[in-house]
Amino acid sequence: MGAVPAPRYREKAQVLDETALDRALTRIAHEILEKNGGAKDLAFVGLRTRGVSLAHRLAAKIAQIDGTTLPVGTLDITLYRDDLGMRGTPVIRGTDIPFSIKDKTVVLVDDVLFTGRTIRAALDAIIDLGRPTAIQLACLIDRGHRELPIRPDYVGKNLPTSRRESVAVRMREHDGEDRVVIEEPVEA
Amino acid sequence: MSWTRKDLLAMRELEAGEIVLLVDTAASLQEIATRDIKKVPALRGKTVVNLFYESSTRTRTSFEIAGKWLSADVINFSASGSSTSKGESFVDTAKNIAAMSPDVVVVRHSSAGAAALLARELPCSIVNAGDGAHEHPTQALLDLLTIREKKGHFEGLHVAIVGDIAHSRVARSNIHGMRKLGMTVTVAGPPTLIPPFVQELGAKVSYRLEDAIGDVDVIMMLRLQQERMTAGLIPSVREYSRYWGLTLDKLARHARPDVLIMHPGPVNRGVELSPEVADGPYSVILDQVSRGVAVRMGVLLLLAGRKGGDGG
Repeated sequence: MGAVPAPRYREKAQVLDETALDRALTRIAHEILEKNGGAKDLAFVGLRTRGVSLAHRLAAKIAQIDGTTLPVGTLDITLYRDDLGMRGTPVIRGTDIPFSIKDKTVVLVDDVLFTGRTIRAALDAIIDLGRPTAIQLACLIDRGHRELPIRPDYVGKNLPTSRRESVAVRMREHDGEDRVVIEEPVEA
Repeated sequence: MSWTRKDLLAMRELEAGEIVLLVDTAASLQEIATRDIKKVPALRGKTVVNLFYESSTRTRTSFEIAGKWLSADVINFSASGSSTSKGESFVDTAKNIAAMSPDVVVVRHSSAGAAALLARELPCSIVNAGDGAHEHPTQALLDLLTIREKKGHFEGLHVAIVGDIAHSRVARSNIHGMRKLGMTVTVAGPPTLIPPFVQELGAKVSYRLEDAIGDVDVIMMLRLQQERMTAGLIPSVREYSRYWGLTLDKLARHARPDVLIMHPGPVNRGVELSPEVADGPYSVILDQVSRGVAVRMGVLLLLAGRKGGDGG
């Protein structure tokens, strides 16, 4: 099987700057508290890698607003993917959810919602760990093109994109800056 | 680092980066053992055949559990009670099993090179689970994972491998792996059980237990393989035990207080290890067994999860 070189991308437009990203997270934190009538029995589970950072930031916002410290777990869905063997060497970075999710409302956090396949895998992964009361979905960017009947409960920004574009969420913890950009492939 | 090999045959042929990838993958999979529901769907629909021509408790059970936790279908074949007893040859048996389209065949055989032979003959992935006195790569990988979890790193560590080096595929695989990762290896045993080539592999040699265990981070005791031993290599088991058996007293007098004691099993209690040492605070023998499952999950996952499935 011939190796297909990964396409190179260049930045096309900035979607969120640092302030707008922070404002979106503040709004989502308020919406989570509003929808659930407070922070009781809530828990965050972030999807590797940037979903985890977003989950920690949301938990910090809720601590500021409500004074409640919510648990934050890390989920690696590699073992639940439906495309094992199609994407090259699977990289397992480990799931770490150091609390029981039984009878909790789990807010699943991801950076970009696209086809919905990652979330499908994440739902299976969470349910294998126990039976939560409910699972809700928060994502910073919803770029459309769903292939499964999945919809988010909390969205930072709805962003119409074409399939050939890519949405890059850059975060201080990993990339040294807080912003979201649309990228397009560089024609060779 | 990406994994491109069809088979896992020997530590000798792996690059340091591939060894670290295997160990990292296994480390991340350990968490599954702590779950209430010990099953993930990663290898759903894949078939793993355990083809064992030698007796085994740990390795076969470990591969079976690893496959099942990853949702593969695991089939166990053992030579006794099979067509082997009707005279079918090894390669013929293997080709018949391959005709049933397994994804991975795990093979243990008393002849060195058995796994490599199947890797050439069969289209599916082959894992060497021990071939004669040649190699046992998954044992070396679980030893390396155990060492890293306990010591935090590989580089610069010093390991003494003690006992029947000549018959030990575990020693051979570990020497290759440890040298590639920047560790120092000293092998020690009676001269009749030290093969002449070990210095070529980059290991130091010692002929006194007390000297070998003096300044090391890890002591790996090997089983005296009495079933492989033709007469005359050691005067008696009792004498071997007196000179080469590890006791609490020898540890206290010669070894460092933070030393790890490892053993690939099965342990001959009172021969190479006194029971107080085998069950004592330095011993990580059962940690090795637990990590064995994670290592075999990692191996199955990387082999079955290669891009393109086969031929890649």
